[in-house]
Amino acid sequence: MATELAPSAKEILAEPGAPVIVFDHVQLAFDEKVVLRDLTFTLIKGHTKIILGASGSGKSTALKIIVGLWKADAGVVWVNGQRVDQLSERGLMEVRSDLGMIFQEGALFDSLTVRENVGYKLYEETNLPLAEIDGRVKEVLGFIGLAEHIDKMPSELSGGQRRRVAIARAICFRPSIMLYDEATTGLDPITASTVNDEMIKLRDLENVSSIIVTHQLRDAFYVAEHMAVRDAAGAVSIVPATAAKEREAEFIMIRDGLIIFEGEADALRRSDDPYIKEFLS
Amino acid sequence: MLSLIEGWLKKAALDVQEYVRLVKATFGGVFTRPFYTHDVVEQFDLIGWGSLTVVLLAGLFTGMALASQSGLTLDQFGATPVVGRLVSASMIKELGPVLTALMLTGRIGSGIAAELGSMAVTDQINALRALGTDPLRKLVVPRVLAGIFMAPALTVVSDFIGILGGWVIARYQLQVSSSLYWASVTKGLYMDDVWMGLSKPFVFGFLISTIACHVGLRTRGGTAGVGRSTTISVVAGSVAVIAGDFFVTQIFIGFIY
Repeated sequence: MATELAPSAKEILAEPGAPVIVFDHVQLAFDEKVVLRDLTFTLIKGHTKIILGASGSGKSTALKIIVGLWKADAGVVWVNGQRVDQLSERGLMEVRSDLGMIFQEGALFDSLTVRENVGYKLYEETNLPLAEIDGRVKEVLGFIGLAEHIDKMPSELSGGQRRRVAIARAICFRPSIMLYDEATTGLDPITASTVNDEMIKLRDLENVSSIIVTHQLRDAFYVAEHMAVRDAAGAVSIVPATAAKEREAEFIMIRDGLIIFEGEADALRRSDDPYIKEFLS
Repeated sequence: MLSLIEGWLKKAALDVQEYVRLVKATFGGVFTRPFYTHDVVEQFDLIGWGSLTVVLLAGLFTGMALASQSGLTLDQFGATPVVGRLVSASMIKELGPVLTALMLTGRIGSGIAAELGSMAVTDQINALRALGTDPLRKLVVPRVLAGIFMAPALTVVSDFIGILGGWVIARYQLQVSSSLYWASVTKGLYMDDVWMGLSKPFVFGFLISTIACHVGLRTRGGTAGVGRSTTISVVAGSVAVIAGDFFVTQIFIGFIY
């Protein structure tokens, strides 16, 4: 079972700069294949970690360990003050209530409508009045610009729309941490930009901490170097990030289950590591 | 060669272990919260009402073929009037439960494995878990409950329609009067037979649904994996039904008769 956090721990987690996800020397292997050799990093509240790496380098595995879908063989994983590596499936439910995850290809429930997909957690796992849930579903779909598709089935949507509905499903219950697993892979550049903008808006307007797993460099740098601002009239626009804002987005490069780089966008670009240079070229 | 056998045995042992865990967790899910009532109702409808046509057709033609074949043999001894006894005993004790279960294996066993398998390979099962839903409670418990309770209901329907099919053949092909046929049907039935015929489908429904859920949830390898799981579910389900039939029959013969 998830343990009740002490009031002091809750206060610490509520502070700006609090560590919301901590990976401490995490290791995982499937039979002979070592996926994560030694992974250590910390995600600060309201910040973004962008995990880069080639296919099979262990990026998505890290996200699945955070959500508790897989258990690490060794090491410690803290999420919002709870050790998820020690929690039972029942205990993990509480941790997951503050985590939104976007899976590769979206993983929408294909037997449910967009409305039912987006409101799934609220309809199934809470006792909120239906009218209130419907209102929240419409609000979230409006936020990502898909309000007119509310009664469609996932099979009627384009790839980009499906990915955005997946984002809507993940944010509908207002999690404070978002995990994006290849959210823009396979999308055309224009649709990918739309998805990137949603990630930026969530981070900057809703103060959501994020981990973005991708090998799409263009998207990764775009999210790291832009920010969302709301003007006096309430209109939202995406503009180049200030230096302070850029420092809130950190890159991690994983190679063969090990972190070979951790730092800001500029430092990544200037890296002399031959593998990183080749990856960025 | 030895390492191949060792590998196969390890895989089989792991499969059995996972199956037992699924069954245990499913029973736990029936008696604890959260319980997804609307999914249970939906599965009762899909599995019960949805399988009615195929079960009716299988029962009707089995009863008719049984009466026709038995009539040929009984006619040699001038015993066609007892054809009802033969049809009812065979349908209720053996053919009704087994054939209904085999039909359900083909229809719902494959359907469950394909549906859960597709969900597994497209990360929908992981998405459920990430959204705080236990897939066992949401997907497995409703299907297993529907399997356990709908298989007996469908078997009763199949038994009745089979005996009715037997009457059609007895009346119009074997020229046995209706009153004689129905009197023979009831005379040939004992309560022990009825209990056996009603107990078997509970076991079969449980076996079909749990095997299909277990195979479906363990699907790997994209659409090819879904196809493999569907085949395994039907084959394993059918063998389990036939083997289960033998063991339940032995238990009844040993302890009840």
